[in-house]
Amino acid sequence: MAQMRNIFAARWGIIAVGAFIGVFAALLQKMGNPGNMGICVACFDRDIAGALGLHRADVVQYMRPEIIGFVLGSLIAAYLFKEFRPRAGSAPIVRFVLGAFAMIGALVFLGCPWRALLRLAGGDGNAILGIAGLIGGIWIGTLFLKGGYNLGRSEKAYASVGWMLPLIMIFFLVLRFIYPPLADKPQSGVLFYSLKGPGSMYAPLAVSLLIGLAVGFLAQRSRFCTMGAFRDLILFRQAHLFLGLLGLLVFAFLTNLVVGQFSPGFAKQPIAHTMSVWNFGGMVLAGLAFALAGGCPGRQLFLAGEGDGDAAIFVMGMIVGAGFAHNFGTASSAAGVGPNGIAAVIIGLFVCLFIGFTMRRKIA
Amino acid sequence: MAQIVDARGLSCPQPVLMTMAEIKKTGKGQIEVLVDTDTSKENVSRAASSQGWQVQNVSEEGGGYRIVIKKDA
Repeated sequence: MAQMRNIFAARWGIIAVGAFIGVFAALLQKMGNPGNMGICVACFDRDIAGALGLHRADVVQYMRPEIIGFVLGSLIAAYLFKEFRPRAGSAPIVRFVLGAFAMIGALVFLGCPWRALLRLAGGDGNAILGIAGLIGGIWIGTLFLKGGYNLGRSEKAYASVGWMLPLIMIFFLVLRFIYPPLADKPQSGVLFYSLKGPGSMYAPLAVSLLIGLAVGFLAQRSRFCTMGAFRDLILFRQAHLFLGLLGLLVFAFLTNLVVGQFSPGFAKQPIAHTMSVWNFGGMVLAGLAFALAGGCPGRQLFLAGEGDGDAAIFVMGMIVGAGFAHNFGTASSAAGVGPNGIAAVIIGLFVCLFIGFTMRRKIA
Repeated sequence: MAQIVDARGLSCPQPVLMTMAEIKKTGKGQIEVLVDTDTSKENVSRAASSQGWQVQNVSEEGGGYRIVIKKDA
């Protein structure tokens, strides 16, 4: 198997995977997911935090099966192709903090890089500011990388270390089965549900889960990463991952055109605000945090699925960060940034700069 | 005598950064890169090729890979 060429890691492979994500993200919207949010790793992690009661913003509570599928799909691919490699120990607490601030930044803009692309593909002009911010943040990250920044080596670990996040996801899925949404009820057993807002909008469970599994599988094979797309372009002038990102954007756009979901403009876009400076600023923070942590939120899920315990910590940081973002009023809404959103972005940037400047040990 | 770049345990993009640095430093000859994930194996091979280096051999070693890259003259 190891000698077999990995077609998904070839040029057309990664474009096809990006296209697959773009098409099915747009279709997930058609089938019930929120506007321009067919797939959003940040938003969906945040919804999971809400479903668990880690924050009590009652419009964003849902145990998103897509996230569960991403991790488990990647796990299946990793096992099938003998790439499951349990490992951990590369500055876990720093990865946790980066995950938390990545989430806080993403929720000021209202979306992860995937959703930024989906928003653009749906005609939301505010996404241009977000994507510009993302590129800016990643660019700052590449300066640190050139200066010797790294989080240190991970160590091989017990298989159970690699299984922790997949097991947590299986537990979440079991909860979703035992406590399904009940009509007009904000709670079902231990899970919280939204009666209005984006948390109340979702595609059927089986559809979400299957698409999630397929995306997880394909993304593990192709190493699809939206942060890496810009990073490699800036750092190495290499467009491999960027082609995957373009595939997502173009095919989401085409699918939106076909199903009538394209509506260009800045005002009144679904789950978006028009405060340009903070659409930009939030994503500078998120982009820098992704770059310092070595992957976009989606990629961190896929890495966690193939046994990377440090990526799993980043994911937990994102979920906890979502709790902070809503409890502390730093998350934006359609009305604009939250009362403490601007302060959170500034603090987050300082934290990232601290991490970037102080972790520059040269690798022997 | 081949130069050895040990990128095991390091996450993206460190293995590629280290390989590129070594390529710049040596200019030609042979470099062996040690990595521990398939992603790094692919990334290092792709980066080496983009710099005009040939991937001569990839062997499994200690749960990871040893990649031998080469450039004549």
